[in-house]
Amino acid sequence: VQRILAKYPEAFKRSAVMPLLYLAQREQGYVPRQALEDIAEICGITSTEVSSIVGFYTLYYDAPAGRYRIQVCTDLPCALRGADKFLHALCERLGIAEGGTTSDGLFTVEAVKCLAACHRAPMFQVQGDGDIVYHEDQTVELALAWMEEVRVRVRAEKEAS
Amino acid sequence: MGEMILLRHREIPTIDQLEVYRQQGGFEAFKKVVTSMQPVDVVNEVKNSGLRGRGGAGFPTGVKWSFLPNTLWPHYVVCNADESEPGTFKDREIMESNPFQFLEGLMIASYAVQANLSYVYLRGEFWQVAAKLDEKIAELEAAGILGDNLYGSGYSLRLRTHLGAGAYICGEETALLESLEGKLGQPRLRPPFPAVYGLYGKPTVINNVETLTNLPFILERGAAWYKSLGTDKSPGVKIFSLSGNVNRPGNYELPLGTTFRELIYTHGGGIPEGRAVKGIMPAGASSAIIHVTADSLLDTPMDYEAVAAIGSQLGSASVIVLDETVNMAWLVDKTVNFFKHESCGKCTPCREGTFWMNRLTARIAAGKARPGDVALLESVAKQIAGKCLCALGEFSVMAVQTGLKQFRGDFEVMIEAGKAAERV
Repeated sequence: VQRILAKYPEAFKRSAVMPLLYLAQREQGYVPRQALEDIAEICGITSTEVSSIVGFYTLYYDAPAGRYRIQVCTDLPCALRGADKFLHALCERLGIAEGGTTSDGLFTVEAVKCLAACHRAPMFQVQGDGDIVYHEDQTVELALAWMEEVRVRVRAEKEAS
Repeated sequence: MGEMILLRHREIPTIDQLEVYRQQGGFEAFKKVVTSMQPVDVVNEVKNSGLRGRGGAGFPTGVKWSFLPNTLWPHYVVCNADESEPGTFKDREIMESNPFQFLEGLMIASYAVQANLSYVYLRGEFWQVAAKLDEKIAELEAAGILGDNLYGSGYSLRLRTHLGAGAYICGEETALLESLEGKLGQPRLRPPFPAVYGLYGKPTVINNVETLTNLPFILERGAAWYKSLGTDKSPGVKIFSLSGNVNRPGNYELPLGTTFRELIYTHGGGIPEGRAVKGIMPAGASSAIIHVTADSLLDTPMDYEAVAAIGSQLGSASVIVLDETVNMAWLVDKTVNFFKHESCGKCTPCREGTFWMNRLTARIAAGKARPGDVALLESVAKQIAGKCLCALGEFSVMAVQTGLKQFRGDFEVMIEAGKAAERV
């Protein structure tokens, strides 16, 4: 928290609200209610103002979903390279609706707006574990293979703990 | 292709290492300006180079800097790295692969307006790019290239990154400032302009990543050299982000004034299966669509003036190619849906208008249009244009208006198809 605050002039702590929300979201993949209060206190604003930031920006969430959010860009340039078909086929293979979560609670698949990777479509970003990673030049098979790798890793982590 | 000026990592892949960048003359330009040039001389050199903002608006960079009053302090430089226009992906490549040249450009701009603290505002999705930049900034501080009393000149500078969180509107410069201040990303009423009342109410320059990345070369080789590239009114090089129906989509660094034909066919490898070009959106989803009615239109030079002369805009040069298989009613639904989602909600014509346009375009694209839908769409678009605080509202009707005007048949086909489906 101190490192984040140090980025901005002393008198303008409010600037820290966005990085602090990322921090709050890291553990559970969404911003818990208590964090809204804490952040409001640190930044010297009301928790309603913090909530409005969560609501306005698409990368913050106020409710839990899959541990990894697979976010497929379906905007025009990606769509010209088959992004819509890719999204539908992926959801079909996983047996979920668009925006749905796999039964193991690991993956939520959703459509998002442009991610600045138009030349390497179909593509998606994965938001989870406090990170955002791009997966480009994708096929349904590649995506499913990556998801399987994650499942194996998560299983191993569970057994180890 | 000649020597790379911006995408230098294509020739020197390890240029993202500080050592390598310095061997290639890196930070010599910054050292030169800090130790031997007055800020006003730097501003004049950039003015004389004719460099124009590469984020889309094309405003002369040096002129923008000169608007900052020397009676109000501190000054800030904020780099706009929010790159969110559908079709644009150039700034990401620069920051990922040639980060030091970009940072050096930001440092030169900071010196020119005597800012001691500058920010890079990145879109939230560029999480890993921001992490990389943070590392590079720390390296520069450790090497004494960033920090206090640089080169014994008394000038001090610090750089910070700030991540957005998924909002196209934050690429609009006053919305970006609001966001950096920890507020909703909604545009401010102007005037006052950011040059006078910017970040934290202080004079602020906002420049795009690509714009800044030009600066080390301009200061090292001089304005006259830079002016010798490109065209008279649009000097220099530009990164063209090529996407859509082409064989080799990607970023291409070319002189301004290169033709569409050279970009699409020589560099982009042409259209899949040899299909014909139906339309071009030269400035991403915000473009007025160019209807390629004659082959000779492909010989239009891509500079700010020539593209405007054929009824469109160069913008950030995100060239989306549309081949003959694309139905424009489908396309307009895609772009309108984007702008509906990204409208910040501040101005009523944009907030409500994009919502209504999207209801209509979705109906038309699904073949479920009702009589009068096309006329209604036209009328809603007309009521958005010119009635909003920022350009988003304007952008949202570009494809609608130019689509309806030039490709009426595509809309009629969808409506007819809908009627046919009903009859079955």
